[in-house]
Amino acid sequence: MSTQVDISRRRFLQHATLTGGGLIVGIPLMGLTGHAHASEQGSLTPNAILQITPQNAVHFYLPRSEMGQGVHTGLTTLLAEELDIPPAKISVHLTGAHEDFANPEFGMQITGGSTSIKGHFVPLRQLAANTRLVIRQAAAKQLNTALESIQTQDGQVFVQGKAFTYGDFVDVASTLDFPEDAPLKPASDFKYIGKYNQRLDAQAKSTGSAQFGLDVDFAGLQKAALKQSPVFGGTVKSFDDSAAKTMPGVKAIVAIHNGVAVVAEHYYQAKNALAKVDVQWQLPETLSAFSTHSLDANNGMGLFENALKKEGDNGHDEGDANAIQQADKVISAQYWAPYLAHATMEPMNCTVKIENGKVDVWVGSQSPGMAKNIAALFADVSKDDVTVHSTYLGGGFGRRSASDFVAQATAIAKASKLPVQLIWSREDDTQHDLYRPAALARFDIGLNKDGTITDWHVKRVGPNIMPYMIDETVDAMAPGFMPNAMVDWLSKRGYGLFDGWIVDPSSIEGLFEDYDSPNKQVNHVTVDPGLPMGFWRSVGHSFSGFFKESMMDEVAADQKQDAVAYRLKHLKNNPRLAKVLNEAAKQSGWGKPLAQGHFHGVATHMSFGSFVAQVAEVSIENNNIKVHKVTCVVDCGTAVNPDVIKAQMEGGIIYGLTAALYGEITLKDGMVEQTNFHNYPMLRMNESPEFDVIVMNNNEAPTGVGEPGLPPIAAAVANAIFAATGKRLRSLPLKLA
Amino acid sequence: MLRFNLNGQPVEVDAPDDTPLLWVVRDHLKLKGSKFGCGMGLCGACSMLVDGQSTRTCILPAASVANKNVTTIEGIGNPELLSAVQQAWVDSSVPQCGYCQSGQIVSATALLTRNPNPSDRDIDNAMSGNICRCGTYPRIKAAIKQAASAIQNGQGKLQAVQYFEPTQSATEA
Repeated sequence: MSTQVDISRRRFLQHATLTGGGLIVGIPLMGLTGHAHASEQGSLTPNAILQITPQNAVHFYLPRSEMGQGVHTGLTTLLAEELDIPPAKISVHLTGAHEDFANPEFGMQITGGSTSIKGHFVPLRQLAANTRLVIRQAAAKQLNTALESIQTQDGQVFVQGKAFTYGDFVDVASTLDFPEDAPLKPASDFKYIGKYNQRLDAQAKSTGSAQFGLDVDFAGLQKAALKQSPVFGGTVKSFDDSAAKTMPGVKAIVAIHNGVAVVAEHYYQAKNALAKVDVQWQLPETLSAFSTHSLDANNGMGLFENALKKEGDNGHDEGDANAIQQADKVISAQYWAPYLAHATMEPMNCTVKIENGKVDVWVGSQSPGMAKNIAALFADVSKDDVTVHSTYLGGGFGRRSASDFVAQATAIAKASKLPVQLIWSREDDTQHDLYRPAALARFDIGLNKDGTITDWHVKRVGPNIMPYMIDETVDAMAPGFMPNAMVDWLSKRGYGLFDGWIVDPSSIEGLFEDYDSPNKQVNHVTVDPGLPMGFWRSVGHSFSGFFKESMMDEVAADQKQDAVAYRLKHLKNNPRLAKVLNEAAKQSGWGKPLAQGHFHGVATHMSFGSFVAQVAEVSIENNNIKVHKVTCVVDCGTAVNPDVIKAQMEGGIIYGLTAALYGEITLKDGMVEQTNFHNYPMLRMNESPEFDVIVMNNNEAPTGVGEPGLPPIAAAVANAIFAATGKRLRSLPLKLA
Repeated sequence: MLRFNLNGQPVEVDAPDDTPLLWVVRDHLKLKGSKFGCGMGLCGACSMLVDGQSTRTCILPAASVANKNVTTIEGIGNPELLSAVQQAWVDSSVPQCGYCQSGQIVSATALLTRNPNPSDRDIDNAMSGNICRCGTYPRIKAAIKQAASAIQNGQGKLQAVQYFEPTQSATEA
């Protein structure tokens, strides 16, 4: 995809006169491939970011997906700041798929990796500043006065004490050369950045009026339920629908690439009929033989353990690998984190209508561009004939960056010749996820006579995410620049593509970076039975935060040193992490007496450019782990919406705590054993801790917050459990009995 | 034919008796504010008030609400007219993804109806049937307290919209 983007075309801003009048502006992310333009009289094709109408309506076409992380509010705040228009006066619209909406961090239309504020902080403000300047220039021309005398404030243009609207000047503005580099406000002048805390989507989401994918409906839309291969990669050998096809409401029963779907007028009719469809499967051999509980050397846990004996591929090499042989002491330990499902509250779903060779897709997706390509592939039409309509996402956490359910919905619509909404059940959602990779890691930490770390050796065993992403993307993305034979070859090689070539960075991220050590070695051994892997909130950091911070606690305890002081001693080269750790210790009252039976545990971790420290206050009763309070300090550079950042820390901690206390996906004969919230439980209100979240504001460039709150929490709790019981829990989920 | 009162209006739906109320409301009556989350009554996303009680409707046969009063999120308030709970939700920026919040607000409304001044423990007990994956629990707790105090100070109602008054024909019946 990136090869198709001409970065040299720095088309900094474009504007065009609309049929209905007004100013439309694009944004230079990876270079615009098309002009922002109006399509039909009275309707806009929203392929640009910002529009101001003569009636003074300010429309912002949100280029990122809103899945709860707060981009709706955050990106609007950035725009508002340099436009000088209050955020609440800007109409925010969810956008479809278009190259103009590419994420500047990726060059593709993806929302993930905690990149939205980071990637748009400069471009969106520049766009707004340029727009404000052109409005002022237009006002100067229209009113025949000096530019300097034109001021803006709170959404109005002031000329010598007289107030105008921005809309008053858009016609003239559209005839001017668009400025490219209007000066940006200094941080000291910020009016909304760092201060604006009202979520702009809260009202719609508190009244049931926000539209999610599952809420899409129109006359003639049919509902589909799908029986998928119980083992990933399986295909339909044959099926018997004789009992199902005469059931009420049933319109069609079709086999697709990985299952059999019933299409009916209502969802419950489709679901009831699906239960009567008998499917024979062709199951994949390797995964069907895999059971996580097995200790056999070639299966389950045994396979992982066995792989740890291999040397593996080097993922990071710093200093002298052999120096550990001269270490005064070596402390070793082994950690485990299981597979996890995402369990978004809204189960996967997608609505597809195919009519006269045109495909309309309604979906809440973190990758609308990929959804478009996948729909084109499965409908067998050109990408230009696919329109994606975005909705709010009922949770993303990485799950909705994949488009497997878009492929299915499109295949069902095509096979049944009906407009369909595919709705996954909770059981489908739990059993057909792209899972957080399981991981086994062994640390060997070398110390000198002072107890200072000199050697940081770690080996990680487990599957990698990247091959599964490539597997999905190759078919959909490649045809534009690759011969078909190459595409076939690549997609068949899928899972093995990276073996022995490079180590997938997301498999080892967070295992070794944070602490000072002159010698660091990271090795990786791939073990992959074939369960599909995906991005799960904080990705590799979701396990490496637990591993690394538990290990550091072990070393501090072995050296009989305070867990905070020992960490600080090894953060000389990581001052921002040291600072949040210090602050968390101070705010939590680290080292001071707690309530009877309560214990503190600490952890700190850098991920996605942000620095987070957490102290968990924990008690143990009858082997039950109770987390009373979490103190969390985050440094994410410039804090755009401090309250959204707090919410993301709370949310990341609760998501991580669910995983730490309960989260475990297991397989028997390749099939996921968990089905619904009774056997894949979630943290509930009565188990939720109190929070004290401190956002360290500074003038550094902003970094992510959607994910960084998660990585430290499991270790903070495990370390508190060690303080309470002397037991070092090295496996997730944390269990005392 | 299923007959019940939905947000104050008598409704008739031609669906089998065992159809879960959630799908009758979402698919037949086209009110989409109540959500499908688990289909087992475990997560609370589908919660509606049935005669004032927060009820899991994804497993509730529609026939069981015959002649009862069913209130969905749409019957509690709307963007123009927020209930005290909804106003507190907005003020505390409770929602993240927002998918579970209809159910959360229904359960909070039921709680405050029977207990105008709930303790932390009361809130835990009443709200633990509603899962939120985004982790908005601390804000939900704070917002419920804010709503309770607003109502006590006469600054809001548990139900903000007024289409609960029975229609003429319903009154006669």
